[in-house]
Amino acid sequence: MRTGRRVISAAVVAGLALSAAAACGGGDKKKDDGGSTQGSALKGVKIEVAAKWTGTEEQNFREVLKAFEKKTGATVSYASTGENTDAYLGPRIAAKNPPDIAILPQPGLLQQYAAKGSLKPLTPDVVSEIDANFSPYWKNLASAKGQTYGVLAKAAYKSIIWYRPKVLQDAGVNPPQSFDELVKAAGTLQDAGQTPFTVAGASSDSWTLTDWFENVYLSQAGPDNYDKLAKHEIKWTDPTVATALQTLGKIWGKPEWMAGGLATATKTKFDESVTQVFGQQKAAMVYGGDFAAANISTTKSKVGTDAQVFPFPKAGNTAPAVLGGDVAVALKDSKGAMEFMKYLASPDAGKTWAKIGGYLSPNKNVGPDAYSDPVAKQLIEAMQKAGDSARYDMSDLAPAAFGGTPGSGEWEALRGFLQKPSDVKGAQDKLESEAAKAFKS
Amino acid sequence: MTAPKDAASGDDGTPREDETPHAPETRPAGPADPTPAGPPPPANAPASAQSTSSPASAQSTPDADSAQGASGADSGEDVSGAGSAQGASGAGSAQGVSGAGSAQGASGAGSGEDASAEGAEPAVVAGGAAAAPAVVKAAPVKGGRGLRPPSWLAAGFLLPALVLLGFLVVYPIAFSVVRSFFGADGHSFSGVDNYTGIFKGHDNLVTVRNTAIWVVVAPTLVTVIGLIFAVLTERIRWSTAFKLVVFMPMAVSFLASGVIFRLVYEQDPNMGVANAAMVAVHDTFEPGAGYPGAGPRPGKDALGSQQGDGSIVSTRQYAAGQTALLPLLRIKPEDLPKKPVQAVQPPAAKPGGLTGAVWFDFTKGGGGTPNQPNAGESGLPRVKVEAVRGGKVVGTATTRDDGTFTMKKVKGGGPVALRLPKSNFTASYGGAQWLGNTLITPAIIGSYLWVWSGFAMVLIAAGLAAIPRDALEAARVDGATEWQVFRRVTIPLLAPVLTVVLVTMVINVLKVFDLVFIIGGGDPHASVLALQMWVESFGGGNDPGKGSAIAVLLFLLVVPAMLFNIRRLRQERA
Repeated sequence: MRTGRRVISAAVVAGLALSAAAACGGGDKKKDDGGSTQGSALKGVKIEVAAKWTGTEEQNFREVLKAFEKKTGATVSYASTGENTDAYLGPRIAAKNPPDIAILPQPGLLQQYAAKGSLKPLTPDVVSEIDANFSPYWKNLASAKGQTYGVLAKAAYKSIIWYRPKVLQDAGVNPPQSFDELVKAAGTLQDAGQTPFTVAGASSDSWTLTDWFENVYLSQAGPDNYDKLAKHEIKWTDPTVATALQTLGKIWGKPEWMAGGLATATKTKFDESVTQVFGQQKAAMVYGGDFAAANISTTKSKVGTDAQVFPFPKAGNTAPAVLGGDVAVALKDSKGAMEFMKYLASPDAGKTWAKIGGYLSPNKNVGPDAYSDPVAKQLIEAMQKAGDSARYDMSDLAPAAFGGTPGSGEWEALRGFLQKPSDVKGAQDKLESEAAKAFKS
Repeated sequence: MTAPKDAASGDDGTPREDETPHAPETRPAGPADPTPAGPPPPANAPASAQSTSSPASAQSTPDADSAQGASGADSGEDVSGAGSAQGASGAGSAQGVSGAGSAQGASGAGSGEDASAEGAEPAVVAGGAAAAPAVVKAAPVKGGRGLRPPSWLAAGFLLPALVLLGFLVVYPIAFSVVRSFFGADGHSFSGVDNYTGIFKGHDNLVTVRNTAIWVVVAPTLVTVIGLIFAVLTERIRWSTAFKLVVFMPMAVSFLASGVIFRLVYEQDPNMGVANAAMVAVHDTFEPGAGYPGAGPRPGKDALGSQQGDGSIVSTRQYAAGQTALLPLLRIKPEDLPKKPVQAVQPPAAKPGGLTGAVWFDFTKGGGGTPNQPNAGESGLPRVKVEAVRGGKVVGTATTRDDGTFTMKKVKGGGPVALRLPKSNFTASYGGAQWLGNTLITPAIIGSYLWVWSGFAMVLIAAGLAAIPRDALEAARVDGATEWQVFRRVTIPLLAPVLTVVLVTMVINVLKVFDLVFIIGGGDPHASVLALQMWVESFGGGNDPGKGSAIAVLLFLLVVPAMLFNIRRLRQERA
């Protein structure tokens, strides 16, 4: 009875998905066939790659796809998953019609799919390419139960704060080296009549709050505790978490340091938080990963001159290096899929991409020289310097219900803390109860 | 209520497939049945009646083939003011015929399809109304089969529709019900946990509460506003233009409406029109002050301290003839004078007076001696300064462009404290927190009103147009005031329409998703069940079981409203 039903549903969904895929594929092919085909190893092979990138990010990625087409003769089509990757892939996997390759925004998803058996383990060929180019931490992230499933295709460096150099100069403030200096700098900026920060605390973008926390926690409690907390091996009611929250409270507890006060901060989306600083010049500093450069480029400010970065100041002994990244996984066993994975793991792809811009490679064999943009060079140096103490974004490692859902889990708990920074205990209890729920299921 | 279906039918007068089984249900034309629907002479029988505007006339058309729909000679509905006579069509009509073997044509559960050409059959007694009061069970007619397709053919034609219906409606509903009893993975049976889970936990309860608020408030307001618009537009000249404008938001996609209202409710008065309006009104009565947010230097070398009420009081006491320095920090660049004037040391005070300086004590680029007017520091003009002794103001002054002030005379003797009253520093009014935790649901309901009140207005206006003028006029002649006419005549006559609008809105509100999704932006304080359903299944919850449970709950909540609407439709047609 149950199986019967599932077969029917699968068949129906498959039918729908197929037609949808066909429709997408058709559109894409036209665009991608522009490049003249040189390689021929995969002539006639069709590969579908799904990722969440749109706009410029998508254009850049298409360039990389084109380079692969040129190299192998395969035809690669791109499908956009939209913001919610799981909502797109879940049904397609259930319908047994997944794309060949999917690029997942969180390793948590990789674990989830691997546990379900939806992923294809990488061939030894691809794994050796990964061994040659990536640090073991990244390989482990993309592995489950001893099998390697993914290639970290793109990294995001999340331990930086963007600032307006002129404002800091006017206030006589130097880029702070430690968290206390950051607090002091913020005070001085306020004395000078400038609002120090914009904070993106909207429900839909509260991941910035988790990033604040992760940077502070990684630098105070160290990588080992960070790993444990990420796996929920220590509880969120742990004293280390309390310390980190209290540290954050030194800034979050000052609504007058946020542009528009708390009312605005809790409604500000990430892109708004960036444009408020660099477009409307409402504040001096904003937290944001390297990807904030894309938002800055929509304003009149120029990255590198009007908008500069300093490393997220350390709150403890470790200089924090929190990274995000997108993991490519194979959902089909086709030959083209594995070839493409191998290509993504190679320095080739990284260098092509780095040259286009808007990209940081976790591939250690893609040196700073490969980057065209000076800020990217600065970031990649910092990232490669952090080496083994660099850690992946904790919220992205957690189950999506805890670390990746607007309006619930860690996002909303920290948003609640932003609204009431005096209540460290309450925030911890909320975090722990949400985490317990999410890690159980 | 709905489209005038009947008129469309019977264009060729051939017998149509009708739904005889329903015929028995048609209630007797009812007590409301107006007498005018007198029995048409049997002679008219072959012709069918045309029932549009004039209820009474069972207009006989010589040409039976041109008959327009099954028509109700009675059409009691018409008079009930529901304005829905059209929809009601033929149901009541020829029931009288009933007994007669060939009644099918006339009956029809309001399908309106029934062509009355059947009337051509000899037995028909068209005078339905006459026989109406009796509950007539139209005998399931076996006779007259000749013109109907065999049942297997009928089934064959129905099959595609049934299959589609089964696949697209019945199967998903059944599947959701089953799925709602299983956990996230789809294998583990979880009983009613998914259902009880809807009501557990703070956030979930907020969701349920919000849905309740929506269901109670939104349909009521939509109906009331629609009614007001409808009644008012009846009386103005450019009513069509007005209606068009009010109805316009319906043409905007809900997603776009959401985006629009997100902007409307933006916190920053420079961006959000709602707050811009509030600030404009507020500032008309209570203009903003010169230096909001400014404050004294903190720490032990402070020369002033901020009081609880927002004013700043000097830490030192000054005697007449002395000079005072009152440095301030945190002056926003936009509040500084356009052409800053260098802050200077205050001039020496004359006996019996006081002088001083108020300036922005921050040297560009840092540095400078604190509490001294350094080069590059700007004086703060138009700051009110008060000398206070024992809680009484004994002297006042206002600063000049370079920030200095001179108090010519300080009343009485003894040292005084200097105070910068809070009127200098009141933070400018920022408007309401539309999307804050408390106002967010009302704010979204506001946007919903914007979208839907036009719809309600159009429906109600249509009902209003069908109200018999003579009833209103009779009331006026009898001396009723306009309000009494509205309250005692218009509203009761409109009641059926209002109910339909209200119930339709209730159904609609239970499903509200897009506006909440866009304007709420994931804020749990705005969440409603329909949104939660999506969040649980796809938006990160990753638990189709819970999502299905919410879907089933919503379905169950909608069912009474649907049944009510269906029943009403039936009544109207019967």
